Amino acid sequence: MNPTGWLLALLQTLLFVAAAPLFGAWIKRVKCWLQNRRPPSLLQPYRDLRRLFSKQVVLAEHASVIFRLTPYLVFGAIIMAATVTPFITLDTPTTAIADAIVLTGFFALARFFLALAGMDIGTAFGGMGASREMTVSALAEPAMLMMVFTVSMVASSTNLATVITSIEHQMVMTRPSLWFAALGFLLVIVAETGRIPVDNPSTHLELTMIHEAMILEYSGRHLAMLEWAAQLKLLVYAVLAINIFNPWGIAHSDGLAPLAIATALMAGKLMLFGTLLAAAETVLAKIRLFQVPVFLMLAFTLALGGMLCFIILEAG
Amino acid sequence: MEALIFALAIPALGIVLLLLLGHSRLGGHLNSLLSGLSLLAAVLMARSVLANGAMTSPEGFFHVDAFNVYLIVLTAFVGLTTAIFSRPYMDHELERGRLNSARLRLYYASYQGFLFTMLLALASNNLGVLWVAMEGATLSTVLLVSLYRTPESIEAAWKYFILCGVGIAQALFGTVLLYFAASQVIPDPSKALLWSTLIAHAHQLEPATMSLAFGFLLVGYGTKVGLVPLHNWLPDAHSEGPTPISAVLSGLLLNVALYALVRMKMLTDGALAGHVSNPHIAGFLMMGFGLITFLVAGLFLHRQKDIKRLFSYSSIEHMGLMTFAFGMGVPLATFGALLHMAVHSLTKSAIFITVGHASQIAKTQRIDNIRGLIATQPAVGWGLLLGTAAIAGFPPFGVFTSEFLLLTATMQTWPWLTAALLVGLGIAFAGLFRAVQPMVYGNRPESAAPIHVNMWPVIVHLLLVLWLGLAIPGILAHWFDQATQLIAGQGVL
Amino acid sequence: MFFSQLALYEQAILALAAVVLLLTFLMLVHPRILSVIKLFAWQGLAVAATTALVAYDANAPHLYISALLTLLLKAFFIPWLLLRMVDRFDLHQELDSLSHPVLVLFGGIILVVFCYHTTLPVAAQLTAITHNVVAICMSVVLLGMVMLISRRKAVTQVVGFMALENGLFFAAVAVTEGMPMVVELGVAFDVLVAAIIFGIFFLHLRQSIDSLDTSRLSRLSERERD
Repeated sequence: MNPTGWLLALLQTLLFVAAAPLFGAWIKRVKCWLQNRRPPSLLQPYRDLRRLFSKQVVLAEHASVIFRLTPYLVFGAIIMAATVTPFITLDTPTTAIADAIVLTGFFALARFFLALAGMDIGTAFGGMGASREMTVSALAEPAMLMMVFTVSMVASSTNLATVITSIEHQMVMTRPSLWFAALGFLLVIVAETGRIPVDNPSTHLELTMIHEAMILEYSGRHLAMLEWAAQLKLLVYAVLAINIFNPWGIAHSDGLAPLAIATALMAGKLMLFGTLLAAAETVLAKIRLFQVPVFLMLAFTLALGGMLCFIILEAG
Repeated sequence: MEALIFALAIPALGIVLLLLLGHSRLGGHLNSLLSGLSLLAAVLMARSVLANGAMTSPEGFFHVDAFNVYLIVLTAFVGLTTAIFSRPYMDHELERGRLNSARLRLYYASYQGFLFTMLLALASNNLGVLWVAMEGATLSTVLLVSLYRTPESIEAAWKYFILCGVGIAQALFGTVLLYFAASQVIPDPSKALLWSTLIAHAHQLEPATMSLAFGFLLVGYGTKVGLVPLHNWLPDAHSEGPTPISAVLSGLLLNVALYALVRMKMLTDGALAGHVSNPHIAGFLMMGFGLITFLVAGLFLHRQKDIKRLFSYSSIEHMGLMTFAFGMGVPLATFGALLHMAVHSLTKSAIFITVGHASQIAKTQRIDNIRGLIATQPAVGWGLLLGTAAIAGFPPFGVFTSEFLLLTATMQTWPWLTAALLVGLGIAFAGLFRAVQPMVYGNRPESAAPIHVNMWPVIVHLLLVLWLGLAIPGILAHWFDQATQLIAGQGVL
Repeated sequence: MFFSQLALYEQAILALAAVVLLLTFLMLVHPRILSVIKLFAWQGLAVAATTALVAYDANAPHLYISALLTLLLKAFFIPWLLLRMVDRFDLHQELDSLSHPVLVLFGGIILVVFCYHTTLPVAAQLTAITHNVVAICMSVVLLGMVMLISRRKAVTQVVGFMALENGLFFAAVAVTEGMPMVVELGVAFDVLVAAIIFGIFFLHLRQSIDSLDTSRLSRLSERERD
């Protein structure tokens, strides 16, 4: 046990949690630019969170303990997911448990409780949102796992740190399997984090909303935690995509210079990723709900296609 | 060899000539003349083959042996008689206003194009060129199927195009695999698709690849042969196109497709012999498909309301029988199948010519509305009756002889399948006569009027079939026997 | 590992093969006719590029001619012809949605696995780096067939047909480094004629059933005759 390592891991997680609202704000800013609107300040999400934390919690009459526990569980599960995700360095003790399947498990846990809470108070919207969320995730999760399998077949491990190191050693990324997996993963990200074209995070249109419908009854600090968890989830996914499919520059030691370079590179990549996401959201229209299975099927096919390409073309 | 090149060059030239020729009446005569010249060249070529035996052109592009020489002559012959029939037929259609002269020009040019592709497919030594010619045959006839531009004919042509296109594409994949297997053992890549080289190296070809290739080739060429369940295009294309096209599709295209399939089977058998546990897999596949086709088509005969569809199902049935016979692979069956190819082609084109006249007399193709042909125009009525009798396997016509040989061969090798064949023949016989009998006999309907017909092609065809039934000429028997030796390993004579 | 030991352009060949497969899948399910045609053009381009790379790899100059033929025919001429049809019949916004896209996609995946399994004995004998591409070629051929079956509009069916041809062409390149020139030219000629005849057909279909929806072609089924 080296204490620096643990300290680094703690710092990394804190940075993760702290940077999440900023990432969301950056996407919003780019979107505003693209749509010729004046963007809000980059600090706006922080102000929103502070405002929500200071507000009183209003609970529904029929809310059970699940409803009250869920924000903490969700926030905690996502933070755990952030902990095991390699962010800027691979030289932390947490890399030993940085397993892709563990990660998927944390997300599934959070989603499970969120859906329970949505149904708990018995409103129509909550149940509807929960059912939709489960439909989407039932399709997105196999796609995600298929992507994980493809990548881990290439790297011969499901450990994220090993995967990242392995991919880093191939100087140029020409493997079609990884390209397919990356494309499929992008689609999964969009679906899992409730972005356009699957869900629109910024509206409360009853016919289409998925994520927002489940948390409609939350207020005060509960809502703040759920919002923060959602932002964190997006960041975790973005970091995963970046580190698995474009890991060059990630720090391997706890030296100050590599860490600084890795942080700067990661910030740059995240900005680029956010820009791309915002551009895609500007260009694309939200698809109808019953088209979502097709969208996710495409993601699944891509990931599976990646795996087939690996077996057929690359394995020898 | 020069004669063969002439036989091919004449229709090729004919395409251009007939396309350029604006005057449509002359087109019909020119079409017949060109087909006649082509037949003359083919006969000359056959004479030289008879004198010198199998030959391969110096650069290896053409190859003629006992198997394809008679098919080449047959193709040119049916091409000529159908061309003679089609001139007055198409003129009549022009008068009825189902066509205009621009489409008639397209018809004559495509007719020569079709003959060219058929002859090329038969004479080519290169199995890749064989494929190209088969696809060319689809392309040259597809616009003829939709010649009348009715919604039905366009639908039929679309189906024909898509189904045959897809089918034939599978055959190309099979050809690619064949080329791959060949390129492993034949050092010169330019010779690796030549039949004359391939058959010499057949035993060296890799069995696994060849089995896979044969699977694709069977589906591909089988679509063109009309094997069930890939036969859907066939009745539509036959019933909606002009009758001369039905005659050449049934009489020639199906034969040539089967010819290609048998060539591929010979290679596959050669490659598989002694290598794997089941060396006759190609034959078994063909037997299975052939038998199913034979039985299913026989049953479908009973459901037909359209006279041309009726006889197109009869064609499917006979193709199934031949595929079955070639699949059995024993010399007697092969001999019978070769004879059957000739007599079926002659009889079926004669029937379609008669059917064309019959439907022009009755002004419809619906069986229910064609009545009393013998009363209206005895030549057509008797032609249809005798043709149907011949195709159903009545003695003394040639179809009886070939079917008898096939049954004997089945009895010797697969005794219990004889029952299936007999049942199938019975079903088909009943299906044909149930429909034909009221069309031929009965009272003359008021709307029916005699038309100007030329029955000579029909008479010549049926006489030939009769001759083949009574006594196969020595030359032909000699060729059949040689071809049987090529295909089945030993002769029967 | 096998893949990382290859030269960069060899890796590119395999990657392009994968791209061809991906494009075929997208063509299989994309609802917009216009996009399907564009995807087809890209597929032609990818096949042509692969052919050129194989020509370089195998040092087979005649393959450059094949690559050029593919490029002209499949990436430019046929898509151009189809786009002209789109212009002519005003199909820019036209959709050809599948009724069961998920089923079709899954079927496609199963087909790919089937092709992989079937072509293993062939692939085992090949020494060229393209030996694994055989399965992809066969998949493209069969997926083209699936497209022909599942689509209802004439234009998309034609694209399916042509995609199938692309697969065949690709197979010839990958398995045998191209067929003999005379065959290759013959096939290209056939494809060209087929494309033109398809064009004529669109006009006829439009005139006779006033639509390019081939599901309306059902006058000739055996069932309805009774």
